[in-house]
Amino acid sequence: MTDARWSEPAPTRRRWSWTDPALRSAVIQIALGIALIWLAWSFFANAQANLARQGIASGFGFLDNSAGFGITQTLIPYSESMSYGRAFLVGLLNTLLVAFLGIILATILGFLVGVARLSENVVIKALASAYVEVTRNLPPLFQILFWYLAVLAAMPNPRQSWGFGLQPLFNFLADSFAGIGFAPLSSMFRALAGDVAGPSVFVNNRGLVVPRPVFESGFVWVVVAFFVAIVALMLIARWAKARQFATGQQFPVFWTGFGLIVGLPIVTCFALGVPVTLETPHLQGFNFVGGIRVIPEFVSLLLALSIYTAGFIAEIVRAGILAVSKGQTEAAKSLGLRSGPTLRLVVIPQAMRVIVPPLTSQYLNITKNSTLGVAVGYPDLFAIFAGTTLNQTGQAIEIIAITMAVYLTISILTSMLMGWYNKRVALVER
Amino acid sequence: MNTATRPAPQAAFVAPKDLRPQEPAPVSNRGIYGWSRAHLFGSVGQVLLTLLGIFVVYVTIPPLLKFFIFDAVWSGAGRDACLPEKIGRPVGACWPFIYAKFNQILYGFYPESERWRVNVVYFLGAALLAPLLFPKVPYKRLNALAFFGVYPVVCFVLLTGGNLSFNNFLLGGTGLENLSGSFAGLRLSYWVQFIIVTGLACGIAALAAPVFGGSRRGAVHGTLSAFGILALVLLAMDLDFGLQEVETRQWGGLLVTLVIAVTGIVVSLPLGILLALGRRSNLPLVKISSIVFIEFWRGVPLITVLFFATYMLPLFLPGRFSIDGLLRALVGVALFASAYMAEVVRGGLQAIPKGQYEGAQAMGLRSGLMMRLVILPQALKLVIPGIVNNFIGLFKDTTLVLIVSIFDLLGILRASFTDPSWATPTTLFTGFGFAGLVYFVFCYGMSRYSMALEKRLDRSNRH
Repeated sequence: MTDARWSEPAPTRRRWSWTDPALRSAVIQIALGIALIWLAWSFFANAQANLARQGIASGFGFLDNSAGFGITQTLIPYSESMSYGRAFLVGLLNTLLVAFLGIILATILGFLVGVARLSENVVIKALASAYVEVTRNLPPLFQILFWYLAVLAAMPNPRQSWGFGLQPLFNFLADSFAGIGFAPLSSMFRALAGDVAGPSVFVNNRGLVVPRPVFESGFVWVVVAFFVAIVALMLIARWAKARQFATGQQFPVFWTGFGLIVGLPIVTCFALGVPVTLETPHLQGFNFVGGIRVIPEFVSLLLALSIYTAGFIAEIVRAGILAVSKGQTEAAKSLGLRSGPTLRLVVIPQAMRVIVPPLTSQYLNITKNSTLGVAVGYPDLFAIFAGTTLNQTGQAIEIIAITMAVYLTISILTSMLMGWYNKRVALVER
Repeated sequence: MNTATRPAPQAAFVAPKDLRPQEPAPVSNRGIYGWSRAHLFGSVGQVLLTLLGIFVVYVTIPPLLKFFIFDAVWSGAGRDACLPEKIGRPVGACWPFIYAKFNQILYGFYPESERWRVNVVYFLGAALLAPLLFPKVPYKRLNALAFFGVYPVVCFVLLTGGNLSFNNFLLGGTGLENLSGSFAGLRLSYWVQFIIVTGLACGIAALAAPVFGGSRRGAVHGTLSAFGILALVLLAMDLDFGLQEVETRQWGGLLVTLVIAVTGIVVSLPLGILLALGRRSNLPLVKISSIVFIEFWRGVPLITVLFFATYMLPLFLPGRFSIDGLLRALVGVALFASAYMAEVVRGGLQAIPKGQYEGAQAMGLRSGLMMRLVILPQALKLVIPGIVNNFIGLFKDTTLVLIVSIFDLLGILRASFTDPSWATPTTLFTGFGFAGLVYFVFCYGMSRYSMALEKRLDRSNRH
């Protein structure tokens, strides 16, 4: 302590220097800040001058004005006299509808194709690979236009619609069996075809017509039964887990739950005398009445988006499953797990960790690509707002800002959810 | 329990080594039989799957071949050649439709007498790109410089006709714009301003140089060479080569598709690298503005970006600028693509081990030099497959410009579907078949290339 040789030299005041990193970072940031402020200010000033020169109104007041245009697909009540704000909502719901259904279809198709690509069966494997290569390498807009212009437009007119239902299926089977000489089976299907009602789903060049379920007042109880089943399942799962921890005995939670969730609403439904009827569409004059008419724009957009994205999802699923090393499966087998639990408890949880993040970004892509519907006239948020409303009002800044903000919000929400999920499933490393 | 008393085990019989020859695998596991058992007919489920697969092949491949090849019409002058009732047989694809529209597909509405210019651009592009793609061809640096630096300028001059007649260079309102006099399309006012601005920039660089740890002489030198390159580029655009001006409204087809795709990649690569470096910077303002820029463009659909560039951008610029329609779309695509490129490059930067940074710092390299000499060469090499994948996405995205009324390949075909002189039942399918083939060949080719590259890089990275 007293050794003077080892005392620290008194800290000299730092000399001012040109090459001081603090000075450098300050200079860079101040320069960048000035440039950004100048850019923003000049954008603002130019926009004001340009708007004034072209006589375009500004502000969000237009949202309350009457829209004055019709929309071909509305999930909520809408008429031409309602406001632009209402039209915005209609468009947002249409976007969410096509995105939601597209996500479901693309996930199912993508998982099937992804698993098929790993199949031992060479034919199935080759088909799945061909599917992935073709769908991923054709632009989504090309696919939308193809379905809309080439396929759906080539469908017959409403009077010659293709009908789908049990009756055409039974007739087809009867014809096939008659063709290969199985007379008894053929006559059985012919008789069945006579018993059921005619086709209920129709496809023609004006889109798709499907039956509309009409709910009577008692149907509420079926919904209640469904939720009761969910709650009961949660309680049972908790009890079963506690019992397994305590005694080691297992309880078939999955099958019980399946029975509860499917069975309870069905039993309730029949007990109340089936409080729901199907309104089947039928031809009247030149078009169909009754049922729900799905516009061809929606069908082509949904088909194209699901088929395109399924190709990407298939690759994600394949990579995810391959990422689980073989040792994991072998270890599970050597512990005595059967192949079902091996998949459920060992392979899938680990594969999901790899699959989910890119899968979410594909879901986001479906949502963003749904804007391409504007090319065929599907009334989504973009077509209604940045298309028609922009044309009518000319308020480009407000409208494009709102449209971008909606998609940005969806993206940011999704990536926040993703961050939360990633944190939850991240490997805990020692 | 007492092991000591137990006699050591003695082998009563040891088989001679070659008592039984090793048996081959059972018949059921080898040869064609074994293979088909493993891959086609192993179990009932397998057989059903195989049959299903064969059925799917049967309902897709023969009709496609029949439509596009066997039943197709290969020659003819008009729609009559493709009408089943006129030629008395079922008609597949109507290829004469594609021949008739082929010039439009390649050039759009580019004036016929000037199409040689587009041909030169196509040919030059192919000649410069091909050697760039093969790792074994030498002079990569020179080749890349020619493709990414010189080629775009040449394309610009050839395609638009150049001769922009620039008037003002940053010093608009100072009275210098009144200098009259011009030579070969170059205006005196512009180039006088250019020289003055160069002088000013050199002064500023000399002032700021010590802050960045460089010598004043070096800074002036660098600024002068940057302005020299800029002058060459501007000179090429400004000179009157005697080429007829062709407005971008007359461009179309594959030309527009390639122009957008190539511009996207050429602009997004440097911008993306800058943004990625910005995102990893220690300076809070630089980092935040990079993150906001990247996440904003990645969060919105491309079509809103194109609308932004088409309808909103003109409002943000001073009134005297009137931007060309294609240029607006190019700006949108470039901004969008550079945000995605930044994320790809960032992936590469993150993959470089910390030791490389520390090693470079220990050698006394400043951060700029460290990035340029040590980090970026490694990071960029790692992400080449990612960059190619990005380019595939960009190529597919070019189709979106048809929504803002620019006629790319798909737009031209879509427009020609409405041509009544080619209205036949199979025109649409022929057109989609052809366009699909073009997109598929480009995208599939690129993805194969990226895979091959990945394999190659993987091999060279193995220690």
